[in-house]
Amino acid sequence: MFLDDFTIKKIQEGLTRKKFSALELTKAYLEKIKKEDKKIRAFLTISEDLAYSQAKKIDEMIFTGRKLPPLAGVPCAIKDNILVEGIRCTAGSKILENYIAPYDATVVKKLKEAGAIILGKTNLDEFAMGSSTENSAFFPTKNPLDLKRVPGGSSGGSAAAVAANLSVFALGSDTGGSVRQPAAFCGVVGLKPTYGAVSRYGLIAFASSLDQVGPIAKTVEDCEIVFEVIKGKDDLDSTSINPEFESQNFNLQIQNLTLGIPKEYFIEGMDKEVEKIVKEAIRKYEKMGAKIEEISLPHTQYALACYYIIAPSEASANLARYDGIKYGFSEAKNPKSKAKNLLQVYLQTRAKGFGSEVQRRIMLGTYALSAGYYEAYYLRAMKVRRLIKEDFEKAWEKVDFIVTPTAPTPAFKLGEKITDPLAMYLSDIFTVPASLAGLPAISLPCGRIDNLPVGLQIIGKPFQEKKIIALAKLYESGKN
Amino acid sequence: MIKKEQVKHIAKLARLQLSERELQKYQKELSKILDYIQKLKEVKVTEVEPMTHPFLQKNVWREDEMIRVQPINLKLLELAPETKDRYFKVKKII
Repeated sequence: MFLDDFTIKKIQEGLTRKKFSALELTKAYLEKIKKEDKKIRAFLTISEDLAYSQAKKIDEMIFTGRKLPPLAGVPCAIKDNILVEGIRCTAGSKILENYIAPYDATVVKKLKEAGAIILGKTNLDEFAMGSSTENSAFFPTKNPLDLKRVPGGSSGGSAAAVAANLSVFALGSDTGGSVRQPAAFCGVVGLKPTYGAVSRYGLIAFASSLDQVGPIAKTVEDCEIVFEVIKGKDDLDSTSINPEFESQNFNLQIQNLTLGIPKEYFIEGMDKEVEKIVKEAIRKYEKMGAKIEEISLPHTQYALACYYIIAPSEASANLARYDGIKYGFSEAKNPKSKAKNLLQVYLQTRAKGFGSEVQRRIMLGTYALSAGYYEAYYLRAMKVRRLIKEDFEKAWEKVDFIVTPTAPTPAFKLGEKITDPLAMYLSDIFTVPASLAGLPAISLPCGRIDNLPVGLQIIGKPFQEKKIIALAKLYESGKN
Repeated sequence: MIKKEQVKHIAKLARLQLSERELQKYQKELSKILDYIQKLKEVKVTEVEPMTHPFLQKNVWREDEMIRVQPINLKLLELAPETKDRYFKVKKII
C-alpha cells in the first residue's frame, strides 16, 4: 500500500471499493510510524489499541453496507494538547507527563463520530509556547524535508506527521501562528479558523482569547473536510458560535476579487527568496484575473509586542491550575521532597514541572498583570490590539482578502534560535496580527527555496473560512 | 533592565521557586523582551477602548434545565496525587 498519495477522498474511495480495509490501512500507517518516526519524532504517544478498535468499527459499517461518515477510516494525529479520552495528554510538559485524559475534547468527539482513526498524539512546544517544537520537554521534532531543521511550532509534530505521510491529516492549535507557521515550514496546508468557529473544550488552555484548533493536511480540500467536521457552536465553550453570516453557497469569481497586499509584510530583514516566491504567487492570482491592491495595516509593527503581553498574561492565569494538587506532577508525592507546607508544594512543583520557556512566559505575564505595571503593559496592549483589529476592518472596505507570506524565513536550523527567545518570537511576526484580530487564515505551500517550502498566508473576513479555502484551492489547482 | 528584586517578587507571585542562577537568567531575558515591548509606548491609545475579546458576546444564556451527564468526578479524583476519601489531600497551609 503506497500511503504517500492518500487524501481523504482517495481513502474513502479505496474503502468503499474494497481495495483495502480500514484495519489494513490503519496497520500500514502504524507500521510506517514505527519504522520512520524514529528519525522525525513527530509522535509522543501512539494510540494503537484505540486506532484498531476504531478501524474495526468502520470495517463493520462497510461490511453491513451502512452510509459512511465524512472521515470514515481516515487516519489522523492529534496535537498533544487536545484531550483524547483514556490516552495520555502531556501538552509537551513534564508537569503532565503521566496525565491520562479523562474525557474527549469536543473536536475529538466530532472526529470520532465522523469515523476518523486516531493514530496518536503529536509533539509540540511545551503548552504550545514556541515556534520550533524545540521547547517540548521530551525531544525536538525534526523537519521531514531536512532533518537538521525544525518543523516549526508549536504544532510541529502535527505538521511533520502530515508532511512525512505518517498521517493523512492532523489537528493543531494556533494561538499566534502555531498551525500556520509549521504548515509553512513543512510544506503542507494549515487552517486557523476564526476565533469562536471551533470549540476549545478539551484543548489545554494557553491564551484563551486567541487559542483555536485547526486542521493540517496535504491539500486544501482535506483541510476543508476536517474543518467542516470540527466547526460549530458547543455548549461546553461559551465563546464558540454558529455564525449567522457564514458564507454558504457562493461562486468565487476571481475577476471580481481584490486581494490586498499589506506593505508592512514585506519588510527589511525578511528572506529575499521568500519575498520573491510570495510575490510570484500573488502574480499568479493577478494572471487569473484578481485585482491586486497594495494596502497598509499601519499597526502591524506593534502586533508582536502586543501579542507578547496578551498571550503570556493570559497564560500566567491559565497555568495557575498546575499546582500539584489536582493532577499532574507533584512534589507532594516525592518522598525526598523537602516541601513542608502547601506553598512549598506549589513553588517546587511548578519549578520542576515547567520548562524554561513556560516559566519565562508565566513570569512575563505575571509582571504585565502585577500592581503598578498593569496599565503600562496589559491595558495598553489591549488597546493596541483594538487598533490592530481596526486596521483590518478598514482594509475590508477595500479588499476581499489579504495575502502575505506566512513566515519571514523558511525552516531554520535546530538550535539556531533556541538561546535567543526574542529571535524565536520574531518568526511569528506575520501570523500574530490575524490571531489578535480573531480572523481566519490559511497557509498553503507556494514554492521552495532549494528543498525548503515557503508558505502563502491568506487572511479572510470573520467566519469566511469557506472563501479563503476557495481562493486557496484556485492557487492549488493552478499549480498543477 | 528590571531589578533582580523585581524578578524575585514576580517569581513569588507566579509560585515558581527559582535558583540564583535562574533569577539572573530571567532578569536578562525578561529585560530584553520588555525592551522590545517598549515599542507599544509609541502608539497613541488615549481614546481607545481596550479589546478583551475578538468578537464581543454578552450574556451567553441557556435554559435553566437539568441535563443528565455521565458523572466523572471519581475519574477526576483518581488523577490527583493525593486524596483522602473523596477529597483532595493537601499539605498544611501554615
